[in-house]
Amino acid sequence: MSAPLLTVEQLAISFPAEAGRVRVVDGVGLSIASGETLALVGESGCGKSVSALAIMRLVPRPGRIEAQSRIRFDGIDLLALPVTEMRALRGGKIGMIFQEPMTSLNPVTTVGSQVLEAILLHTRTPIAEARRRVLELFGMVGIPDPAVRVNAYPHQLSGGLKQRVMIAMAMAMRPRLLICDEPTTALDATIRAQILELIRNLAATTGTAVLLITHDFGVVNAVADRVAVMYAGRIVEEGTRAELLGRPRHPYTQGLLRSIPRPEARGGRLEEIKGAVPRPGQWPPACRFHTRCPHAFERCRSEAPARSAVSPTQTAWCHLVEQGARP
Amino acid sequence: MTAASRNGALLELRGLRTWFPIKTGVLQRVTGHVKAVDGVDLTVQRGETLALVGESGCGKTTVGRTILRLVEATGGSISFDGIDLTPLPAALFHPYRRRMQIVMQDPGSALDPRATVRDSIAEGLEAFGIGAGHEERSERVAELMRQVNLDPGTMWRYPHEFSGGQRQRICIARALAVDPALLICDEATSALDVSIQAQILNLLADLQEQRSLTYLFITHDLGVVRYFATRVAVMYLGRIVELGPTEQIFASPRHPYTKALLASVPSLDPARPAIKPAALGDVPSPANPPPGCHYHPRCAVRLPECAIEDPPVVEFADGMCRCVLAAGAGSARA
Repeated sequence: MSAPLLTVEQLAISFPAEAGRVRVVDGVGLSIASGETLALVGESGCGKSVSALAIMRLVPRPGRIEAQSRIRFDGIDLLALPVTEMRALRGGKIGMIFQEPMTSLNPVTTVGSQVLEAILLHTRTPIAEARRRVLELFGMVGIPDPAVRVNAYPHQLSGGLKQRVMIAMAMAMRPRLLICDEPTTALDATIRAQILELIRNLAATTGTAVLLITHDFGVVNAVADRVAVMYAGRIVEEGTRAELLGRPRHPYTQGLLRSIPRPEARGGRLEEIKGAVPRPGQWPPACRFHTRCPHAFERCRSEAPARSAVSPTQTAWCHLVEQGARP
Repeated sequence: MTAASRNGALLELRGLRTWFPIKTGVLQRVTGHVKAVDGVDLTVQRGETLALVGESGCGKTTVGRTILRLVEATGGSISFDGIDLTPLPAALFHPYRRRMQIVMQDPGSALDPRATVRDSIAEGLEAFGIGAGHEERSERVAELMRQVNLDPGTMWRYPHEFSGGQRQRICIARALAVDPALLICDEATSALDVSIQAQILNLLADLQEQRSLTYLFITHDLGVVRYFATRVAVMYLGRIVELGPTEQIFASPRHPYTKALLASVPSLDPARPAIKPAALGDVPSPANPPPGCHYHPRCAVRLPECAIEDPPVVEFADGMCRCVLAAGAGSARA
C-alpha cells in the first residue's frame, strides 16, 4: 500500500471559554489515500467541520490548532507551511465545497468569471485557454448549456446548479484532495442524488481523494469507501463502508444507525440514544459516550478506552470491544 | 352532523389556492403570481397521520400556513370538523385556531428568547382563557412538561438553556397546551440530530395515542414518512400529484414524480450503495410553471400531450394520481 495522501495525527483544536480554553477536537487521527473517499460522520457539535477547516488551516479565530497536532499532505507538514504557500494549496491541490452554495458564491459577478478567477489566480494560463477550461469544467460537472450558464449570476441558478458551479471551481486546479462539508444537506432529494453521483464519478475518474463531512448515513453509503464516526471531539470508530454500516461495533455507531427511521421499524418504536449531545466543554470524563451508552459499566466512567482492532480495517475505541464482548 | 364528520374527516381542503403577487416597478404593479398552492384537494381523516411531501418550493409549507390563516387563501375552501371556515371573520375563526396547532422546523427561532419556558407554554392558555389565574396555569404547564418528558423544575429557565431536542419538546408542549385536535408538524424533526429525531418521533407517536391527535406531517424526509405516516400526499409545484396509503406509495407508486423521489432516497444497505438519480434537471419556479403537466419537462416517460393538456385526476379506491399514464388503471375525474 502506498503512503496516504493525507495523514492527521493527534489533532486538537481549542476555543477560549470562561474557564480557560476548551478543546472542541481532542486527539483526532485519520488518513486518506489517493482516489479514496473517507466520510467523517457525527452529530452537530462533534467537531467534524472544524476538523476539516483545520486541514485547510482555516480554523476561525480565536480558535487555535494545538501544538501536538500533526497534519501531513502529500509529504508536506501543513502546520509548518508559510502562509503564502498554504494559500496556494487552498483551491489548488486542496479543493473545498461547502454546504451553502448560495453564500459561497459572489452575488455580483457571473459564475463563469468566478471560476475563471480561480484558474488565473493559481496558474499563468493564457485567458483564452482559461475560458476554454471553464467551459470544459462546466460540462464535466453536468451544467446544461455551459456557454450560456457561464454568463449567469448566482441568483439566476438553482441550488443544484450553484453547487455544481462550486464543484467546478473546486475541481478547476485538478486537486489531489477535495474536502466536502455537507455538500448536499441544503439540496432537495432528487438534486442530492445527482450531486452525490457527480462527486463519486469525479473521484473515480480523476483519482482525487475526498474527505466528506456529513451527518447522513444515506450519503455515506452512496459515496464513501471508508467511514470515521466522531463523538464529542474524538473518533470513536472507523472502518470500511461495509463494516460500519453492516457490522458497527461501537455502541454510538450502533445507536445512530438504529435511530434512523427504517421501513422495518414501522408500527414499532424507534430506538433512541438517551439524553442529548453534550456541548463542548461539558464532555464527560473517560469514555465520553458513557453517559448515553446502554452498555456502560464502571471502567467506562473511570478510564478512556484505547484503540481496539476489530479487523485489519475496522477499529473502535470502546472497552467492550477491547474485552471481546459484543455490544 | 354533516357528511364530512360522519366519514371521519377532520380537515377538508377543496380547490385550495394560495397565490402570492409578484410586484414590479416603482408603482408596485402586480405583474404575475407565484402559485404556491394551486388547486389542492385533500381530506385529513380523524386520528391519522397524513404526510405531505415534496421538494422545496412545492407549496407544502404554504398549505399548512394557509390552513392556520397565517397566510390568506386566494380561493377554495377549508373545512374543519364539517364547518366551512373560509367565510368566517377573524373573531369567529379564533375558536377553531385552538383546535389546530403547529410545530415548526426550527425550535430555536420559534421560541421567544426573552420569555421563560413557563410563559411560552402558557401563552396559548392565556390567549384562550384556559385555567383560572397564574397558579393554575403554572400547574398545567408543569403537567404538559411532564407529558413531553421535560423536568417541570426547569420551567423558569430560558430557551437558550435547553438543547435543540428539548426546545422542540417545549414547542410541542406549547402546541398541546390548548388541547388541539389537529397538529401540523412542519419539518418538525428536520433540524434535529438523528438520535434526537428518534426521541421526538417516539414522543409524537405516544402523544397521538394518548390524545387521539390527528397529524398533518409536512416533510421532505421520505424515511420518516415511511416509518411514521398512515397516508402520503405528494406535492409538486402547487398541486398534489399522488395520494395513497403509505404502503402503496412506497411499494407501487403511480406517478412518475413519486417514483423519481423514491429512487433518490439513499439506501442504508451496504450491499446496495448506488442511488439512481431519476429526475432530470431542476425544479422549475412556481412563478412560471410549465404548461400542461407541471412535471413534464423532468418526466422520463412523458407523452406529447403532457406538454399541452392538464393531466387528468385519476381516482383509485385508496387514493388518486394526477397523470395521464394512470388513466387506464383508475377512473378519471373530469
